Amino acid sequence: MKDILVELEERRAQARAGGGARRVDGQHGKGKLTARERIELLLDEGSFEEYDMFVRHRCHEFGMQAHTYPGDGVVTGWGTINGRMVYVFSQDFTVLGGSVSETHAAKICKVMDMAMQNGAPVIGMNDSGGARIQEGVDSLAAYGEVFQRNIEGSGVIPQISMIMGPCAGGAVYSPAMTDFIFMVKDSSYMFVTGPDVVKTVTNEHVTAEELGGASTHTRKSSVADAAFENDLEAIAEVRRLVDFLPLNNREKPPVRPFFDDPERVEPSLDTLVPDNPNLPYDMKELILKVADEGDFFEIQEDFARNIVTGFIRLEGQTVGVVANQPMVLAGVLDIDSSRKAARFVRFCDCFEIPLLTFVDVPGFLPGTGQEYGGVIKHGAKLLFAYGEATVPKVTVITRKAYGGAYVVMAAKHLRADVNYAWPTSEIAVMGAKGAVEILHRGDLGDPEKIEAHTQEYDDRFANPFVAAERGFIDEVIQPRSTRRRVARAFAALRTKRRSMPWKKHDNIPL
Amino acid sequence: MTDAPLFDKILIANRGEIACRVIRTARRMGIGTVAVHSDADRHALHVEMADEAVHIGPPAAAQSYLVIDRILEAIRQTGAQAVHPGYGFLSENPRFAEALDAAGVAFIGPPKGAIEAMGDKITSKKIAAEAGVSTVPGYMGLIEDADEAARIAGEIGYPVMIKASAGGGGKGMRIAWNEAEAREGFQSSKNEAASSFGDDRIFIEKFVTQPRHIEIQVLADEHGQCIYLGERECSIQRRNQKVIEEAPSPFLDAETRKRMGEQACALAQAVGYTSAGTVEFIVDGQKNFYFLEMNTRLQVEHPVTELITGVDLVEQMIRVAAGEPLAITQDDVRLDGWAIESRLYAEDPYRNFLPSTGRLTRYRPPEEHVTDTAIVRNDTGVYEGGEISMFYDPMIAKLCTWAPTRVEAIEGMRQALDRFEVEGIGHNLPFLSAVMDHPRFVKGDITTAFIAEEYPDGFAGAEIDAEQLRHVAAAAAAMFRVDEIRRARISGRLGNHERTVGTDWVVAVGDTLFETRIHADREGATVEIDGATHRVASDWTPGTPLAVLQIDDETLALKVQPIVSGFRIRTRGADLRVNVWTPKQAELARHMPVKEAADTSKLLLCPMPGLLVKLDVAAGDEVQEGQPLCTVEAMKMENILRAERKGVVAKINAAPGDSLAVDEVIMEFE
Repeated sequence: MKDILVELEERRAQARAGGGARRVDGQHGKGKLTARERIELLLDEGSFEEYDMFVRHRCHEFGMQAHTYPGDGVVTGWGTINGRMVYVFSQDFTVLGGSVSETHAAKICKVMDMAMQNGAPVIGMNDSGGARIQEGVDSLAAYGEVFQRNIEGSGVIPQISMIMGPCAGGAVYSPAMTDFIFMVKDSSYMFVTGPDVVKTVTNEHVTAEELGGASTHTRKSSVADAAFENDLEAIAEVRRLVDFLPLNNREKPPVRPFFDDPERVEPSLDTLVPDNPNLPYDMKELILKVADEGDFFEIQEDFARNIVTGFIRLEGQTVGVVANQPMVLAGVLDIDSSRKAARFVRFCDCFEIPLLTFVDVPGFLPGTGQEYGGVIKHGAKLLFAYGEATVPKVTVITRKAYGGAYVVMAAKHLRADVNYAWPTSEIAVMGAKGAVEILHRGDLGDPEKIEAHTQEYDDRFANPFVAAERGFIDEVIQPRSTRRRVARAFAALRTKRRSMPWKKHDNIPL
Repeated sequence: MTDAPLFDKILIANRGEIACRVIRTARRMGIGTVAVHSDADRHALHVEMADEAVHIGPPAAAQSYLVIDRILEAIRQTGAQAVHPGYGFLSENPRFAEALDAAGVAFIGPPKGAIEAMGDKITSKKIAAEAGVSTVPGYMGLIEDADEAARIAGEIGYPVMIKASAGGGGKGMRIAWNEAEAREGFQSSKNEAASSFGDDRIFIEKFVTQPRHIEIQVLADEHGQCIYLGERECSIQRRNQKVIEEAPSPFLDAETRKRMGEQACALAQAVGYTSAGTVEFIVDGQKNFYFLEMNTRLQVEHPVTELITGVDLVEQMIRVAAGEPLAITQDDVRLDGWAIESRLYAEDPYRNFLPSTGRLTRYRPPEEHVTDTAIVRNDTGVYEGGEISMFYDPMIAKLCTWAPTRVEAIEGMRQALDRFEVEGIGHNLPFLSAVMDHPRFVKGDITTAFIAEEYPDGFAGAEIDAEQLRHVAAAAAAMFRVDEIRRARISGRLGNHERTVGTDWVVAVGDTLFETRIHADREGATVEIDGATHRVASDWTPGTPLAVLQIDDETLALKVQPIVSGFRIRTRGADLRVNVWTPKQAELARHMPVKEAADTSKLLLCPMPGLLVKLDVAAGDEVQEGQPLCTVEAMKMENILRAERKGVVAKINAAPGDSLAVDEVIMEFE
């Protein structure tokens, strides 16, 4: 018996050694942690239960039988984050470059299946050179199995991808279908085809960092939702994110003890909107002052900054926030901001996370760039997403709510539950200047008349009361009391029940 | 005296904290108040506080607060019977005093003649000398040769300063400590003056060593009475801008104080002065004092005098303006305890004190209170959610503390500064805190060169001592653990498999690591750090931006902001990134790469928020080091931004008229 126990420990030690001390040193030398170190930091201390530690590949091509490692380049299992269950897989770059074999993928599929069955999120830490070429189509088939599980799990359990090394070729499509992608600055990259292929095919010279580094994917492509300084910070932030998310689509978002009075009044919000309607202000100040303890987890902070998305808590419970940002492009809706917000709204709706929308939108961005790019269909995504969302929806208009964009931003007409407006709101088809130029085309040559018309229009429409008279706005509220009003609105919506007509699935304008 | 108010209504021809401060006293005296305001001050605190407010023009002071006719119009509109001018703006403008006189409105300040007499440096010095006030010894006549120079220098007494009449910027200036140096200095100054200015006239005056700026507060009525209310020391200055003042001076003795006070009164009486005024002296290391100038108005730093004398100077000014005789005699004046004033400026100390503008997203001054052993007073003109505009003086508050002794007043100031929360703009709170902990300041060993000597390369944050750092580490560990325990109480946990939050945490402040072990109990926690234990008690809860903790027997106020795995902690002028790691995290943290800051050497970044008024170069231009690139206007100041090195302009991202934010890229270089 004792011998067997000793052997078990020896075998475990061998598995834990990964690709050996030299490769581990190499990994550390690149500023990267090993697969197991990452798991240790991600999960509560001592909570990791590992599976499939002894799995080895079965490939005999190209002499691969001489290169087998227990675990086969990925560490899998489950553990807890602040006591809540999550499933994890963490690719081990020190073992055959973290390459994906049939057995490697089977391990990932096993934890994904368990996560689905037991209703817990999956967090994948990607650090892999790609398909294990020696295995040929078996490796591709294996990827396919993972993809299919990503798809089936979508909207059932939260799936989070961390890119902590290379992630290239077909491998990118698994993270691409998860809910969030986080990258580590300077040590991770993602692309479908690498710089060498790019050079051969298009004669473009580009570095891996430029092609698919964290900066590219957080600012340009919007593939990644955030990037962090290093492995340590990335993992700490993912722990923080998980605290905002429900474990699955049948559970309410988590609640945790809070130390911030829901009745807190913020007099400074009364002066947030400047006197001059053309001056910007920072919508994030409103978000931070409404949120419990000013705690805001922003999603896609560096992309389409004219709209802000992320998670806060109210009375300890998660709320998703979407807000136009007047600081950037006057908070206009365009292709990028519509796509960004639409995806966020749909995530929240999948997982029963209530939606809070702050509106200051002058309309949609005009121009050929937008029209050729299909702003009609991209804008419709956000409209669609809000309209189909059945979670509690509370909207606060702070200033402009013009034209179609007014409707898009969770207006009453899209079945928002509670619609508030600040007294500074202007809810109209368009701003006074544009409206007067259309309504009084004949007077355009007469500045005095135009000014009078503009004043008349302003007096009539540049306020929240026309909309309030019709019940499109439930109440005009004091900016300083926004936190209290919004918190109470969500409290009243805790028991909301609403469903859409039965359908196989909808046909959102993708 | 009757109970009826002296005036029904006064107008305050000023803005900001001083307008608010005058309104406070007027209200207490039952006098109605009228504020005036520019476009930019429509929602300012002084407008909110006053009984009435009159709009007087566009933001620029030259078109509003400085326009006499606008003020007169406001007086007519409101029927104000008197005007308090505050400081700055029209306060020392004799034409304003005259115009009010003509309109039959009382000026709460000295008579026009006194303003004029003291307004000119040469005249005022002459009058002072005639009134028997000590002035800097010197010889203003033409000096023929080195022999004469040596003779005059001998009469004045060494050290002397030999200066070119036409001089400036240190050119043609020599300091001589003995006769040989006087002869040599005369010759070299003369040569330099001739070549630099084409004017070789030279004069000699006493060189004041270890100079301190000490001023006497006087108060005079229309009935010939004049008293002095002790002194204020204002030696802590940055480029002639006062930063910290105190009363009394840690340097003066009673006898010198009396002589200075009597001379100050003699000067006031010589010019028929009434109201509150200040006579400024420069004092050398041997307590010799020399007249500098007289300020014919209420000084910014008057609260420290009020705190040690118990006299409300604004009230006295109003009474004097109404023709009342002073109710206080010189014998009534008692100096009690110690008061310190710190001026809070909207200036970023980490950016060489450049003005900072923007929205005050958070503004929470320390609680004002008065007890027998401590006073905290904050004179302010701003509020949370208000805007600091580029149009006016960047001073936004004056924080004063009083205590029976200087040591206690300094400690009170340290605590008050640590509790002062200001966010949204750059400000000098960290610098003020640093001075309060500076050994030279604490000893009172200061001169007007203090800041230039102690912070020659600017300010990069205070270094806190090892003991305090351990206290910060203990506090951070205890706070972080409280937050972790809260995190572990989230809903949806796996029953019986909850997270147990550990007791061992590693606190990292830069490269310094503290291994801590926390034993929490009902009242707080005992934190072991490297063998020593610290008792930490606090009612801090997660998310609270100001943490007040009792650590052993020290009270520590920390501004706390969550960062990834830790806090940004600001206290005592230091700005620290404090990570609190599990032992495992700490072990693995050493593998994390050290990253260098992004290269911005090819960019011209806007150093302050402001308006781009002028571009001096275009894309494709080659520029030399030091060449002006553009001009950014901020806080009324035109700042010329120059090329740091030779290069070629690749791209320009802004145009004249653009409003720029801090760090906005104005242009890029190849």
